Amino acid sequence: MCRMAAIKSKEPVSTALALRMMLAMQKGHDNSGFAMVMQDLGGAFANFKRFPLLSMACTSEGLYRAEKFLDDLGFTPKFDYQPDVDDLPGLDFQKMPHYVFRNYRYPEHFTNRPWDEKKLLLVDTRLKLRQLLNQDGQGYVYSFWPDVLTLKEVGDPRDIGTYFQLWNEDHWLKARVISAQCRQNTNYRIVRYAAHPFFLGGYTLMGNGENTFYQKNKEFQQGKHPGYIGFESDTQCFLYTLHYVTEVLGWPLAYYKHVVTPLSHEEISRRPDAPVLQRIRQSLQHLEINGPNTVIFVTPEGNMGIVADAKKLRPLVIGRDGDMIAVASEVCGVNMILPKRNTDRDLYPAERETVMINNNLEIQQWIQ
Amino acid sequence: MDPVNKIPDVKLDDVKVRSNGNGLEKKPANMVTAPAVKGLDANRAYAIQPTYVRDVNPVDFPWKIKWNSDTCIRCGSCVSTCTFGSIEPRLQRQGQTLSMGSFPNPVDNSQVIMAIKQVNDPKHYCRGCMMCEKVCPTNSIRPVYNEHNRFPLVARQGGSPIKRGGRGHHLPFRVLDTIKVGRISQMTDPSLDASRHTFDLLTPLGRNLPPDELPFKVENGKLVMDGWAPPLRWIYPVMIGDMSVGALSWRMWEAVTMAVAYLNEEYHLPVRMSSGEGGMPSRLLKSEFLKYFIIQIASGHFGWNRIIKAMPEMVADPAAVLIKIGQGAKPGDGGLLPAEKVAPHIQAIRGVPKADLLSPPNHQGLYSIEESVQKMFLSMNAAFKFRVPVAIKVAASATSVAVFNNLVRDPYHIVGGFFLDGISGGTGAAHEVSLDHTGHPILSKLRDCYLAAVDQGRQGQIPLFAGGGFGDTGDLAADAFKAICLGASGVFAAKIILQLAGCVGNEKGRCNACNTGHCPVGICTQDPRLVARLDVDAVAQNIVDYFLALDVELKKLMAPIGNSSLPIGRSDALIAMNKSVSERLQIAYAC
Ligand code: SF4
Ligand code: SF4
Repeated sequence: MCRMAAIKSKEPVSTALALRMMLAMQKGHDNSGFAMVMQDLGGAFANFKRFPLLSMACTSEGLYRAEKFLDDLGFTPKFDYQPDVDDLPGLDFQKMPHYVFRNYRYPEHFTNRPWDEKKLLLVDTRLKLRQLLNQDGQGYVYSFWPDVLTLKEVGDPRDIGTYFQLWNEDHWLKARVISAQCRQNTNYRIVRYAAHPFFLGGYTLMGNGENTFYQKNKEFQQGKHPGYIGFESDTQCFLYTLHYVTEVLGWPLAYYKHVVTPLSHEEISRRPDAPVLQRIRQSLQHLEINGPNTVIFVTPEGNMGIVADAKKLRPLVIGRDGDMIAVASEVCGVNMILPKRNTDRDLYPAERETVMINNNLEIQQWIQ
Repeated sequence: MDPVNKIPDVKLDDVKVRSNGNGLEKKPANMVTAPAVKGLDANRAYAIQPTYVRDVNPVDFPWKIKWNSDTCIRCGSCVSTCTFGSIEPRLQRQGQTLSMGSFPNPVDNSQVIMAIKQVNDPKHYCRGCMMCEKVCPTNSIRPVYNEHNRFPLVARQGGSPIKRGGRGHHLPFRVLDTIKVGRISQMTDPSLDASRHTFDLLTPLGRNLPPDELPFKVENGKLVMDGWAPPLRWIYPVMIGDMSVGALSWRMWEAVTMAVAYLNEEYHLPVRMSSGEGGMPSRLLKSEFLKYFIIQIASGHFGWNRIIKAMPEMVADPAAVLIKIGQGAKPGDGGLLPAEKVAPHIQAIRGVPKADLLSPPNHQGLYSIEESVQKMFLSMNAAFKFRVPVAIKVAASATSVAVFNNLVRDPYHIVGGFFLDGISGGTGAAHEVSLDHTGHPILSKLRDCYLAAVDQGRQGQIPLFAGGGFGDTGDLAADAFKAICLGASGVFAAKIILQLAGCVGNEKGRCNACNTGHCPVGICTQDPRLVARLDVDAVAQNIVDYFLALDVELKKLMAPIGNSSLPIGRSDALIAMNKSVSERLQIAYAC
């Protein structure tokens, strides 16, 4: 089972917390990697929040191509961070030659455009970059968005942490929102793009479990938006559904739950909003999650959301203490970083709940 | 004691002796047998005439009757039960040698006995329906399939093409049987428990709007309806296919309607049934149970006079209207109800005189798909004020995808379902040449249509319902499940409903006499004496029981793949054990 750890904190925190949560939940051999998306950054990037941040792992050729491409579009570098690494012998993971974390200025003619247009530009640019590097294996472009940093590697999570010095609590990488995930070793042919969390247009999402409607989800999503590509992991579908419901259809976030885990017909028929729910169920029948899954997502505003499958076949726990909330797929993950919390206040989201955590760490539980 | 060898007082010359020879009876060496020629007298019977070998004989027929003279008690049950006049009692002289007393004293003698003989008239050929066998108290008679028959060569006498009902299409193998549910949830995701988890098996019937065209607006953070949306019904994914009252006996039709109402009212299983092209009884049209029925309109428009007249008094809308364009069992052919079956009550329901009722192969005035959408769909939608889904049924064909694509792009959003009927479907009556040599298997076309919708991102917008041979082996749940995984929103099945009522017909040529008006079990006939053979309540009960079992079986198939909602289009759950099938249907091959 994939292990998930998410942290939402009032103050920027180090990635070491996420790594420790991960290792607490690890069972047995695990070599398929570590991935995380950080939002609302502190540390080195704190002063560059407005500038789109490119997260990329690539070859020299890939780097050359990407730089040229961005330059041609009119993006100019603002701040570049070359991570210090501990390249110790015997580290068990597949390194890439370059790890790029770089803020860019918008092209001049875009500087004063509305955010809606900038969003489209950023998504479009990342997709083109991805294609540019992907065609002959020159690298991976994970995100290109203001105040969002992505790191994904395949290998032993502990060693990945060592290499990037993520164990260091005073590290240059800090954020108020961290979503991290490690996979169980079911698949040795894993590619970096298959590692959660996924990011698209301001939305971050990771999940665990098996998306048994993967094929239905995927077939429906293909072509609905240029960003709905890849499908290297069945969990990507959950992100695309979230994006589709809220961004493309413009529906209130609460309807995400109605799409992925619709109420039974019997329950729907008893509700005053039955006509709406029935139409949603009919029209978006292919986006249902029908397997065992829990999903953690972060909205563009930085709010963290949690939903579970309709039978609650996958566990998830939310623990809170002081200025931090930790969410983990197993309670030992939360225990690792919030050992002194009052566990009576832990939340186990129910199958019909959407749990939302806002930037003030207030928790709302919406019953579907 | 009377001597057993006493000859009854029968003049042999007066008896038309026929001994078309089969049977298990002993033939004493001296028994008088005569060649099988109608009207041949016994004297001439001894002479072998070359012309006799050209005459039609039961050896030419698909079924031969085996009869055991020794065990037969001459009760006559078989003869009176056979609705096809295929057997008759005949007198036959039988020789005997007997010895009585203490010393051997053999005496040759003979007597005339009553024998059961197969009629050698192709119009009365044995259908293999086994009714004689069923009613015989001593197991003395049964039909045996005659694989060397020459029936197609003798049955066109008089220049008439062969007609029959039922099924059977000379298909090389049954594709559904090469497909298994091969993706089982185990450690990666748990299987569900068919008896403990809740399952939601309903499927939408009705035009499905693309999500971005749903008439929603946001009010206080909630979506509310803001405009018209096409009518929508959530129904059970297995429905009862079109069988008209007329093709079916009124009691059979009644039994099916009772079962449907019972399943809905008592078990809340929203099973729907199509009326077939033949109208419906007024009482049903004006009852609240109409909501469980799909009213069909086909090219003959039979019964629509009555339906239209009943409209002002309807208290419920029908589940849907189904425009029948074609039928899988006999594509390109219109409906056919032979005059023998047009009894007075059928005349009343359909509004016709007693005559062969032939629906034209086409709806008059429809010459293109676009036009059909505008004319037929709009008018049927308008008839029920856009409250009732209007669907279309076509025979699977090489052109199915073109038709489907066109309807999917219908700008008015008024096509509420695409019913695709494959070659293995049944029919009440058809020309044998159509039944056996025209048509297209269902699965590849179902898949093509679904994938065509996927290519356009329009899957589910017009729900696909597949029919034609589902349930032929008795396992309708498995067949339905596989079709659903291949992209069907649901399936329709009809023949199996007849079988549940006692129909003995099968794909191997048994019975299939539904066109004759002589259905031996009272299903496909309007002859009151035959209809009386049907126990309406028992039939309804059988159908209800079958659906209840099917419901459990569907869950038993959904549970191992970890789904509680219908896996429409989840072809990854299937494997094919035939390479060509796997390639054609785009599912994994396994061996
Ligand atoms: S099998 Fe049927 S058709 Fe043939 S003789 Fe018996 S009852 Fe008649
Ligand atoms: S038993 Fe009746 S319904 Fe069945 S095949 Fe024979 S005639 Fe048709």
